[in-house]
Amino acid sequence: MNTTHRPALVVVGNGMAGMRTVEELLALAPGMYDITVFGAEPHVNYNRIMLSPVLAGDKTQDDIVLHPRAWYAEHGITLHTGDPVVAIDRRRRIVRSQSGVEVAYDRLLLATGSQPFIVPVPGADLPGVVGFRDLDDVDTMLQAARDGRHAVVIGGGLLGLEAANGLLRRGMDVTVVHLTGSLLNQQLDGDASLLLKGALERRGLRILLGVQTEAILGDGKVASVRLSNGVTLPADLVVMAAGVRPNVALARAAGLHVERAIVVDDTLQSYDPRVYAVGECVQHRRATFGLVAPIWEQARVCAAHLAGFGHRRYVQQAVATKLKVTGIDLYSAGDIVGGPGTQDLVLRDRRSGMYKRLVLDGNRLTGAVLYGDVADGPWYFDLIGRGVDISAMRDRLLFGPALCDEQAA
Amino acid sequence: MTIPIHAVRTTCPYCGVGCGVKATALPGGGATIEGDPEHIANRGRLCVKGSALGETLDLDGRLLHPAVRQNGVLARASWDAALDTVTDGFARIIAEHGPDAVALYVSGQILTEDYYVANKFMKGYVGSANIDTNSRLCMSSAVAGHKRAFGEDVVPGCYEDFELADVIVLVGSNAAWCHPTLFQRIVRAKEARPDLQIVVLDPRRTATCELADLHLALKPGSDVALFNGLLAHLARSDAFDADYVAAHTTGLEAALDVANAGDDVAHLCGLDPDDLHAFYDLFARTEKVVTAFSMGVNQSSSGTDKVNAIINCHLATGRIGRPGMGPFSLTGQPNAMGGREVGGLANMLAAHLDLDNPGHRDAVRTFWEAPRIADKPGLKAVDLFRAIEAGSVKAVWIMATNPVVSMPDADQVRRALAACELVVVSDVMASTDLAPYAHVALPALAWGEKDGTVTNSERCISRQRAFLPAPGEARADWRALCDVAQRMGYAGFDFDSAHAIFDEHARLSAWKNDDDGHRRAFRLDPLTGMSRAAYDALQPVQWPLNAAGEGTARLFGSGGFSYPDGKARFIATGVRAPANVPCSEFPLVLNTGRLRDQWHTMTRTGKSPRLAGHAAEPFVDLHPHDALLAGVREGELARISSRWGAMVARVAHGGGIARGAAFVPIHWNGQTASDARVGALVNPAVDPVSGEPEFKHTPVRIEPFGVAWYGFIMSRHDLSLEGVAHWTRVRGSGFIRYELAGRAPVTPDMARALLGGSEEAGEDADWIEYQDQSAGMLRAALLVDGRLEACLFVARTPDLPTRAWLGGLFAAPELGPRERATLLAGRAVQAGPDPGPTVCSCFGVGRNTICAAIRAGDLQTPGQVTACLKAGGNCGSCIPEIKSLLHEVRFAAAAAA
Repeated sequence: MNTTHRPALVVVGNGMAGMRTVEELLALAPGMYDITVFGAEPHVNYNRIMLSPVLAGDKTQDDIVLHPRAWYAEHGITLHTGDPVVAIDRRRRIVRSQSGVEVAYDRLLLATGSQPFIVPVPGADLPGVVGFRDLDDVDTMLQAARDGRHAVVIGGGLLGLEAANGLLRRGMDVTVVHLTGSLLNQQLDGDASLLLKGALERRGLRILLGVQTEAILGDGKVASVRLSNGVTLPADLVVMAAGVRPNVALARAAGLHVERAIVVDDTLQSYDPRVYAVGECVQHRRATFGLVAPIWEQARVCAAHLAGFGHRRYVQQAVATKLKVTGIDLYSAGDIVGGPGTQDLVLRDRRSGMYKRLVLDGNRLTGAVLYGDVADGPWYFDLIGRGVDISAMRDRLLFGPALCDEQAA
Repeated sequence: MTIPIHAVRTTCPYCGVGCGVKATALPGGGATIEGDPEHIANRGRLCVKGSALGETLDLDGRLLHPAVRQNGVLARASWDAALDTVTDGFARIIAEHGPDAVALYVSGQILTEDYYVANKFMKGYVGSANIDTNSRLCMSSAVAGHKRAFGEDVVPGCYEDFELADVIVLVGSNAAWCHPTLFQRIVRAKEARPDLQIVVLDPRRTATCELADLHLALKPGSDVALFNGLLAHLARSDAFDADYVAAHTTGLEAALDVANAGDDVAHLCGLDPDDLHAFYDLFARTEKVVTAFSMGVNQSSSGTDKVNAIINCHLATGRIGRPGMGPFSLTGQPNAMGGREVGGLANMLAAHLDLDNPGHRDAVRTFWEAPRIADKPGLKAVDLFRAIEAGSVKAVWIMATNPVVSMPDADQVRRALAACELVVVSDVMASTDLAPYAHVALPALAWGEKDGTVTNSERCISRQRAFLPAPGEARADWRALCDVAQRMGYAGFDFDSAHAIFDEHARLSAWKNDDDGHRRAFRLDPLTGMSRAAYDALQPVQWPLNAAGEGTARLFGSGGFSYPDGKARFIATGVRAPANVPCSEFPLVLNTGRLRDQWHTMTRTGKSPRLAGHAAEPFVDLHPHDALLAGVREGELARISSRWGAMVARVAHGGGIARGAAFVPIHWNGQTASDARVGALVNPAVDPVSGEPEFKHTPVRIEPFGVAWYGFIMSRHDLSLEGVAHWTRVRGSGFIRYELAGRAPVTPDMARALLGGSEEAGEDADWIEYQDQSAGMLRAALLVDGRLEACLFVARTPDLPTRAWLGGLFAAPELGPRERATLLAGRAVQAGPDPGPTVCSCFGVGRNTICAAIRAGDLQTPGQVTACLKAGGNCGSCIPEIKSLLHEVRFAAAAAA
């Protein structure tokens, strides 16, 4: 292989977004770049989405590896694990890692991801306080599950509930503390949230709504959590699941334009034409990203541009997600918050534990929340994605494709 | 009484055909019903209403004990207390204001025996002829026409004449719906003899027209002109029977002069001259012609003249009282004829004797041994309620009828009753539109419980026999009347049975009947002196009876009219326009009438889920052009108003209405709908001779009834629907359905409040809800133990899910997961095709099912449809509609080809 004439691509971040981009790039233009990858974690690229099943014991660490070391070698990729990049010199086009490795780049791909938001309360820095972000967090949590009894999860969103469920499955007494009056308040309305709360409580989770964490207490190690309502919960482990923050310090220090995250255009290019960014660390238009589907699309578009084919544009698409808690069916797709001008269709059947909400914008379906019966989720997601005019079947839409097809026939 | 376990032969309580019914009481209540094959009126056939009688016998809503109003509420009272209240009131008012200050208002629904006692009570003992009846609203024009022509109220022919005729002319009669079993006889006659010509004269294209060879959609109220024209045509065509005219009639010349004076009849009647002359020619050249007429003739301000214009044509041709020919009055009610026989109308005396004849009055008073006798006509229905409002009549006893619903200008009746000192109501139902005005409510026996006789349209006297025990404290009407009469100290009311009353009635019919000046055709001599057993075993028989006790099928074939000279009278009938004609403010002519599957105010038929399938809601049938002009749309609500009142109904385009006309059924009232009493709109114009109101011709205006939403509720229990702008209550099988419309938006909380009257609807109730708030759509269902308890569907337009599938869910003891999942979609996932509105109520076959079968099997005849789907195979009432569907499908296929 003649390396002297090949431009250098440096990838900062050995996670799903970065490696997916590399994978796409290799498919489009194998051997075009000299590729170097820096990862903060000591691991190869693994499927972060599957941390919940690992925590819950449904999957092992090995099960979730996406790219083994052999893959990097096979593609001639230089991999630096456990060695995050700490500085970018854009003028000289060099990055420097924590261990002092300096690598020059012709193209730089930032895929630094995000980190859990640690609620700024006294004691938040005590050992035993973790996020739920990576395999190390999972290890910490599993350790706590072996040694301790009580876990407190701060945050009743998708991630917090999955963490709580995993810890419960590992035998801990788990309390979820949530700031607002309803769980998954980003995805569900009050009724659906009540259904979910009931279902989780029946499994043994304790759920406290509308309370704030005042302090995390402990002498050298987490011992308890004090809440705004005066209650103090014993805690051997505190999981912070109150949202994430894009990792943008490196980009900002390098003088790139950063708002909530690294601002990129439709080609995933930052304000520096040599620097691209993908994944949870980017901001496209006003949006930031946490789900995998749009990130796959970013990877596809970014790889095309890195490969020199400027034919793709990133367009934000609706996304769908499920709550990964065994036995609880929750499906959310598209823009489920809605806004001015959007219209809601709602079907509630509390006794059956069923709730469905569709969000319409004009004659198009733009969002869907299904709880209890998620079988039609993919159909709605398809309608959202294709922008189908649903006006003729509006009054049957929530009852599933069988009735709508029948009508069309 | 003990409940007989065998079938009891009795008579249907609905229309004037008077079909024989065999009823077998069931141990758990109710009865099985079948046609009586031995009854001459129907030979075992029943219509859909008759077939469903078994569904109407429950005691829900029955008035089971007397009640007297105290502090504004009807409070339960003993019979003694209630009767004392009635007696004291009547006695005091008679003493203070004279006998004409009290009145009875009775009904063609009561039995001859009840009628007889009521008439005797008023005319012989109170001493006033203020006894009138809802028959005034129905066939008093026929009575008056008969009396003018024949000298007596006699129907000359019989049902068999319809089968023997070569031409049947149906005038103002939707017999297919209103006299279904007789119509079925005509249908079968026509099948056997396709040459039998059927002519229908009706402004509407009704179900009856499906059988017609010729339908003349004449202008409303133009009947006299048409039959005058016919008389003139018969004269020109040399179709007169000069011998019959000379021997048995007088007055032809005057009548013919008037008839000849009419010009351009076709234009006057709004008819194609060719069609009109086709009819005239057909009539002229056919000897065996029956001209049957009903409410379209009678309910008119020139109703009596219409009747006589028809009779004139039959007298002139001598086509009367012989097989297959004659004028024929189709009576509306089961015992209007019995009422006429006892003289139970304000302008009659008794037993076909005349009120204005001193000799007759003396004869009746002598027979009754009565202290006095009414010597002048009493107040006819419309005048009676005016007199009540004016305060000259201060007490009224209303029996087996609901004038608040059925009278013209029905809001005036409300005002009258509200102002009346004493309103006594004898009824079988506790809650009616009339009940709020009652000071005393007396529980009456219903069909199946009461015992006596009725007379049908062909003079056939049949027994109505009891096969159910008297419920609660209900009593026969005649007994309540006798109780009051005896309390008032009147002798002659010590009857101990209907049998005893009938015997006196039969004796009165024979009383002095051989004396000059007292002769009348109506006589029941051989029925006097019957034993109780003979009375109970009485077979249907047509009066008059001969010495051998045989009935008489026909009269006047060889003259022998009831005038002293034995001759019939031609009546010169001048053409008059209806009393109130359309104007710019009220541009449409309102016509009212019955539907196939309902009866009067629905107190009985409203209980049957099967009967609710045909037409569930009050509607106004309009021509689409008029709807467009009025700004109303099919399926939406319209307000219909006249100078007298207003109502709300759903707009329908039945296809049979001419421009400028509207049709509204008579049945709905305050118990079944929020605002659908068509009586409130009807002009109180009456015929000057008969006093019958002009129900068929009221100028009205149609406007949109603006609502923000339409919807319906189905519930196992009765609900109170406060705050809902419009509702109709429909009986379903295992549920009650409310069709709704409203203005204030329905929120989920309101939906729960509407449906959740029951205790089951607590905090943890099993609710399913669907909401599309932006589209104004809300659906909710309440389940109890997995069983559907109630559901509600609301939308901005009347386009709502079909009620049939949802209704069927009420039969399920528990909903399956699939049903539950699509409950609020209002349909099954893999539902078969929607059967559409019910056409055949007997077998529950819908319109879409029939059309599909016709298309699939290329069916050509109703018989083939029946073979395929059973539809039409039981009562046959829907055969005209099936025929019309056959036409429709064929037409659509031809248009598509």
